[in-house]
Amino acid sequence: MASDTLTSGEYIKHHLTNLTFGQHPDGHWGFAHTAEEAKEMGFWAIHVDSMLWSVLLGFILIYVFRKAAKNAHAGVPGGLQNFCEWIVDFINDTVRGSFSGRNPLVAPLAFTVFGWIFLMNFMDLIAVDLLPWLAQLFGQHVLGVDPHHVYFKVVPTTDPNITFGLALGVFVLMLYYSIKMKGVGGFFGELAFQPFPKWMFPINLILEGVSLIAKPVSLALRLFGNMYAGETIFILIALMYSAGIVMAGFGGLLQLGWAIFHILIITLQAFIFMTLTVVYLDMAHQEHH
Amino acid sequence: MNFNATLIGQMIAFVVFVWFCMKYVWPPMMKALDERKKTIADGLAAAERGQREQELAEERAREQLVEAKQQAQEIISRAEKRASEIVEEAKADARTEGERMIAAARNELDQELNRVKEQLRSQVAAIAVSGASKVLEREVDEKTHDELLSKLAAQI
Repeated sequence: MASDTLTSGEYIKHHLTNLTFGQHPDGHWGFAHTAEEAKEMGFWAIHVDSMLWSVLLGFILIYVFRKAAKNAHAGVPGGLQNFCEWIVDFINDTVRGSFSGRNPLVAPLAFTVFGWIFLMNFMDLIAVDLLPWLAQLFGQHVLGVDPHHVYFKVVPTTDPNITFGLALGVFVLMLYYSIKMKGVGGFFGELAFQPFPKWMFPINLILEGVSLIAKPVSLALRLFGNMYAGETIFILIALMYSAGIVMAGFGGLLQLGWAIFHILIITLQAFIFMTLTVVYLDMAHQEHH
Repeated sequence: MNFNATLIGQMIAFVVFVWFCMKYVWPPMMKALDERKKTIADGLAAAERGQREQELAEERAREQLVEAKQQAQEIISRAEKRASEIVEEAKADARTEGERMIAAARNELDQELNRVKEQLRSQVAAIAVSGASKVLEREVDEKTHDELLSKLAAQI
């Protein structure tokens, strides 16, 4: 279905546009029909597809583990419990390895970050056209709208709003624990009175301020960049299916290879995000010098 | 990539999920894991204790076996000694019994012999008397020659 009515450029653009709900410039609320319209909606609009999948996957994660936790017992574990315990134990070991303080929040936080990001990344492995196509069918036949206006981006982590939302959440926790552990003065001192002597504090402030801001930004952009690039490559491979049988066969092989490689990437990205979250929080808990 | 309220929505969702996880998922999981850890540790300790006890019991059994063997050996040797004693006793008994029987038989034999001698003597006396009476052609009064006859019989 790649390009019977769309050009390749339009196809790619269509796939990389979120389904946006917000206020149109003329004042009425509704879905944006094009990327330009979505842009015009400004800040107070919402990516319905990203939000839907993000929250849905979060619920699945929490539901499965809550179910396992409710039935958790010290005897011989069943299949689900065994699986969940394996993950919980793995996260717990990782946190214990890199977080030196005592904080009951950090391990569940790390677990949520890892599991949630993994599931969101995992959406990347579902055929790129499948869910958007279903959404278009739904939009066309149930809601009666032009299918070209139905955007559906199913990988939440390819939406910078999602990754920055997570990173800012971590950032807020970093600030909170820095101030809680060291006091406002201690936190400011950490920013202003090192690495150079105290009288150079403006330079220190700039250096440390940048490195502080760089933490959540790099956290968010790393995840977003990896997933966006991966998604784009899947879309490009999908384009090959409409370019004749030879290209389609080649595309199939490429897709298989990229998907297998992507299994590594999605896990790795989730793990990196989790580990850095734990490390940043550990730094927030520790007194420097 | 345009930023909008999705950012805030995601942050809220993040906070809610983390809070829920910290409150309702993590503690029961960790509790179960810790309990299992403890159960396994207890089980291992018990197994080790059991093994040590078994080793002790084996040691004890071996000692008892050795002791029992010694005792059995002792009992056997004592029994053998007793058996030979009994045999000896029986032999001695048999010997005395035999001697006693031989003595009795000999005694009886002597008595019989005496009796036969006596008989023979009286018969010889009678024959001598009848012979003498034939020689003398007259009756010898037994009563009157009783003394003579007894002397004669004694001489035979």
